[in-house]
Amino acid sequence: MLYGLMAYFDAPEKLLRALKVLRERGYRRLEALTPNPVEGVEEVLGGDGRIPWVAFGLGVLGVGLGLFLQVYTTLDYPHNAGGKPLLGWPAFIPVTFELTILTITVGIFLFLLYINGLPLAAHPAVKAKEYVRVLLDEYGVFVYATDPRFDLEGTKALLRELGAEVEEVRRD
Amino acid sequence: MAERHPDHDLIQGEWTEKTLVEKLLEPVEKPPPRPWKVVLAVGFALTLAWLYAIFVTFVKGLGAWGINQPVLWGFDIVHFVWWIGIGHAGTLISAILVLMRQNWRDSLNRVTEAMTLFAVLAAATYPLIHMGRPQHFYWVMPYPTHMALWPQYKSPLSWDVLAIMTYLTISTLFLYLGLIPDLALLRERSTGWRRKLYGWLSLGWTGNAVHWQRYRAVYVLLAGLATPVVISVHSVVSMDFAYGLVPGWHLTVFPPFFAAGAIYSGFAMALTLIIPLRRWYRLEGVITERHLDWMAKVTLASGLGVAYIYLLEIFIAWYAGEPAEWAQQLWRMTGPYAPYYWAMMLINVVLLQTLWFPRFRKNLAWLFVFSLLANVGMWLERFVIVVISLSHDFLPGNFHLYHPTWVDWTLFLGTIGFFLFGLAVFIRLFPPIAVAEMVHLFHKLRRH
Repeated sequence: MLYGLMAYFDAPEKLLRALKVLRERGYRRLEALTPNPVEGVEEVLGGDGRIPWVAFGLGVLGVGLGLFLQVYTTLDYPHNAGGKPLLGWPAFIPVTFELTILTITVGIFLFLLYINGLPLAAHPAVKAKEYVRVLLDEYGVFVYATDPRFDLEGTKALLRELGAEVEEVRRD
Repeated sequence: MAERHPDHDLIQGEWTEKTLVEKLLEPVEKPPPRPWKVVLAVGFALTLAWLYAIFVTFVKGLGAWGINQPVLWGFDIVHFVWWIGIGHAGTLISAILVLMRQNWRDSLNRVTEAMTLFAVLAAATYPLIHMGRPQHFYWVMPYPTHMALWPQYKSPLSWDVLAIMTYLTISTLFLYLGLIPDLALLRERSTGWRRKLYGWLSLGWTGNAVHWQRYRAVYVLLAGLATPVVISVHSVVSMDFAYGLVPGWHLTVFPPFFAAGAIYSGFAMALTLIIPLRRWYRLEGVITERHLDWMAKVTLASGLGVAYIYLLEIFIAWYAGEPAEWAQQLWRMTGPYAPYYWAMMLINVVLLQTLWFPRFRKNLAWLFVFSLLANVGMWLERFVIVVISLSHDFLPGNFHLYHPTWVDWTLFLGTIGFFLFGLAVFIRLFPPIAVAEMVHLFHKLRRH
């Protein structure tokens, strides 16, 4: 069974051009695979503005958790420590701060895994014989065979025209 | 080729992406050099001794230690603070230098983050075993009990629990996040049990370009969060002392004092580890003399902060007009512990000044010796703060010296062993230099 086509480019500029052309030709089910972050990808494949907002929300949650923990435990067992006000809020700042950071850190890490669809047990592109190249020094585009525009010979020719070395990825 | 990148000499030698990756993965993929085996063996032996000392502590109780009235915080707290401080350089290099876009961090962040992890783990064991009833360690956590008691959140000791746990969590996640792309690369390059291990740990990372964008966003965000945590952790640790009324502790200058000391000691330990690592694994092309020079400069800057506060402490003790404070200062300078105090001053104030001169910073032998001395100097500083302060409070009838036992020493050497053993295992399994980041840097430096 054919999973798709893996195209290897030797420069990030070629990858970006190829992505643009493929998008213009109507290809939708494709993934760019790169050894490191490539600037300009978000302009072609779309950026993701959710992370800062989710982090902010988690921060608000963390502040709430921190303050709630301390105010609740103080009121539940009122204890006069050195004549300080019962709800002397400046003393609550360190724990509130630490819990805020803890909440954001753990939350955003899990959110990152969630939006990236990880953990992922298997991915068709990884089946490509030469896949390791896109983790090393080349820039790959994986075009799924399920793409409506996919046509084995036509797509292969297009990718070659764009400067790629192309490999058919099949289930073994 | 167009103009050279100003940082072009951060990667020296003739490389291609392939040969660079081969080189960086050598510690994992090639048989280890002989010194690695020695470090592993020594570390393992000391770890066993450590476990035995913990066993003795649990069986015989805290009486096996040297702590006694009035010095009830002895080596346990000295070493807790020492290890926590050492951890700080890792987070500083990985987090603050990301925000400042310092290219030289890319060669150093992985190994120093690992250093942080094992240093914080080593530190965290001390408060646990110095509890009189360690089986009730979870009482420090807020959980609903039938006694209806909660931790006292106006006490810095309660803050400390959460600060250390947050620090451990964020440094572990930061280290792991940085490792994910390298784990994917290792997964594709290895076979057998290693392939399984890296496969599981890499979580199925494929190098998807959209994933990369989000990954970078989260990475920089975590760096931004880790930065204030680094400062907060040692500040909170310092408040454990500053909240007490003991002469020599009750000072508002403690948080910045401890934070500066932490960064200083952390960079010293990083130099102690990186100079031999670079030699044993022939990493001179990626950890260049310029990297070491930068590290020496940060050591100098943070060390100057420490030295300034040493001198300030003397002034404040006199200027405050508080007899017990001044007596404490004289006890440090002229009492039975004076050699410790003056050794600390010699290293952290006098010898530190050599780092102003490029001749000394470029001399690797001196840099290595000085980094070892600075570790000792910071150990002495914690000894001065914890033990010397407690041995001399308000009433002459309470002045007693501290005599650590073999258990105290074994616990200390044991954590050093655990630290070395942990690091040795770590760099055998995971690349000690962040491969993906170095390749990225290589691109930046060569393509522009």
